[in-house]
Amino acid sequence: MIGKEEVGHLGWLARLELSEAEKELFERQLSSILDYFAVLDELDLDLDSETTSVEPTYHGKKDVVRADEPRAALSQAEALRNAPKTENGYFKSPRIL
Amino acid sequence: MITATEVVAGVKSGNISCEELVWRIYERIERSELNCFITLNKAAALAEAREEDKRRRKNEREYEKENGRKKLLGVPVAVKDSISTQGIQTTCASKILTGYVPPYDATVVEALKREGAIILGKTNMDEFCMGTSTETSFYGPTKNPHDLSRVPGGSSGGSAAAVSPAAGEAVLALGSDTGGSIRCPASFCGVVGLKPTYGLVSRYGLIAYANSLEQIGPLASNVSDAALLLEVLAVKDERDSTNFSLEKKNNREKEGVKGMKIGVPREFLEGEGVSPEVKKAVWNAVQRFEELGAECEEVSLPNLNLKHALAAYYIIAVSEASSNLARFDGLRYGLRTGKDEDWHTTFSRIRGEGFGEEVKRRIILGTYALSAGYYGKYYLKALKVRTLVKNEFEVALKRYDLLATPTMPFVAFRLGERIKDPLSLYLADVNTVPVNLAGVPSLSLPCESSGAGAGVGAGAGAGKLPIGLQLVGGHFEEWKILRAGLAFEQATTL
Repeated sequence: MIGKEEVGHLGWLARLELSEAEKELFERQLSSILDYFAVLDELDLDLDSETTSVEPTYHGKKDVVRADEPRAALSQAEALRNAPKTENGYFKSPRIL
Repeated sequence: MITATEVVAGVKSGNISCEELVWRIYERIERSELNCFITLNKAAALAEAREEDKRRRKNEREYEKENGRKKLLGVPVAVKDSISTQGIQTTCASKILTGYVPPYDATVVEALKREGAIILGKTNMDEFCMGTSTETSFYGPTKNPHDLSRVPGGSSGGSAAAVSPAAGEAVLALGSDTGGSIRCPASFCGVVGLKPTYGLVSRYGLIAYANSLEQIGPLASNVSDAALLLEVLAVKDERDSTNFSLEKKNNREKEGVKGMKIGVPREFLEGEGVSPEVKKAVWNAVQRFEELGAECEEVSLPNLNLKHALAAYYIIAVSEASSNLARFDGLRYGLRTGKDEDWHTTFSRIRGEGFGEEVKRRIILGTYALSAGYYGKYYLKALKVRTLVKNEFEVALKRYDLLATPTMPFVAFRLGERIKDPLSLYLADVNTVPVNLAGVPSLSLPCESSGAGAGVGAGAGAGKLPIGLQLVGGHFEEWKILRAGLAFEQATTL
């Protein structure tokens, strides 16, 4: 159902480095979990189309906004306190390009 | 163990020294083999307790006036490590958050402090709440206070074990419940746990795993204490856009279950894997409710297929997890090891090192479920099944005041027994996850003990393993399940 290479690719998409042993383990385990998920195929409700009588349930209330008023926020020092690397009051990231 | 109500009365009247109480609890924690806590707040908690005693001694009349209304005055509370506490390390039991000290309190922690509670420390849990046994914690598993060779349940295992009278390591505790993470450990440890209606308690400051499913809720040694803590937690908060203000006042005047209609859904009792002793215990509980004047009947929920619900739950949970956990990159907080290379390589390495196996498995699974071409097959389908589950609960809870089911299909299993087989652990959540899909409230309370334990427990009743009864109510009808739970508890000796 899901091959070792695909597990590696998913790891890349998720920015998650996986060891060879992990890839092998997950290949086996994910296949058995996906087999279980296939119980949903029994349902005949046009479930994989957007337009059916069964509406999907999304969570929460819609369009909740608070009044647009300034309020107290973290100071720069507080915001940076947990950062492993900082420079001149900024978070320091690895290079992007 | 002393109850929260007794602590509040004792501290108010001066019959209890807050400092002594807190001191005794830390003594037990430090002697304990259970591993309930990741981080202790000892110095600050003791100082605060001392301050509390001093304030009362200084001017009793003023003290009464200022503090008389505080609902948790002097009550030592343990907080699950998924909940942010200003100035106290919060790790979610993950290596990736080692050393992270939140700059703010979760709304529920603010509420605890406002009501006079004393924060003991942060409790152990499955890493990022992903587990049913507290074995996926980076800090090692918590043990079941009734049998040290068994798991306490999860993911709020540290919180449940701590409030168990067999441990006595906290008077009250906070847990969080995404698919049973309060109720499962309550069931395995023989304590009371409540998952509130989705939206009743603010999630601001709760480190997100699957935010459309999870709620913070109380764990306690008895139903009244759980109700008291829930009252404190249910405050309106505009920092959580899914928070509803509690307009319906809890109907506290009425007591007992006389005239209540209780449905016992066959699907939850007859499913494969429900152990005979659990089945028997639930039927005995139903009989007790009848003796107390409730009308109970067996019912079938034909549109609630538990296998479908379980699959839908896991698809939704892992999908949300893969998105929520993208924020952990070692940039603003948390683990940052090795030399920086390019952006993607560095973050992939940090996340590979920082997350444990179960978290990785769920991120990969969620990434798969949401990836192009599979969205309709998994995620969208799961959201539709969620609608079916929700509708079925709503219909049933119009006919019945509440539904009674086993919380878990079996008693606490052994450490190491299931951890190697993730699917077998997922299947254990079969009775709790539908409740999260529907967003309705649910209470787990101990109803009986089984004789299956090895007899190596830490405290009284050692060798007997608790069995949990789950009471499910309609949206925002926590008061009904608490009232029924209280009546049951008063009529039961365990």
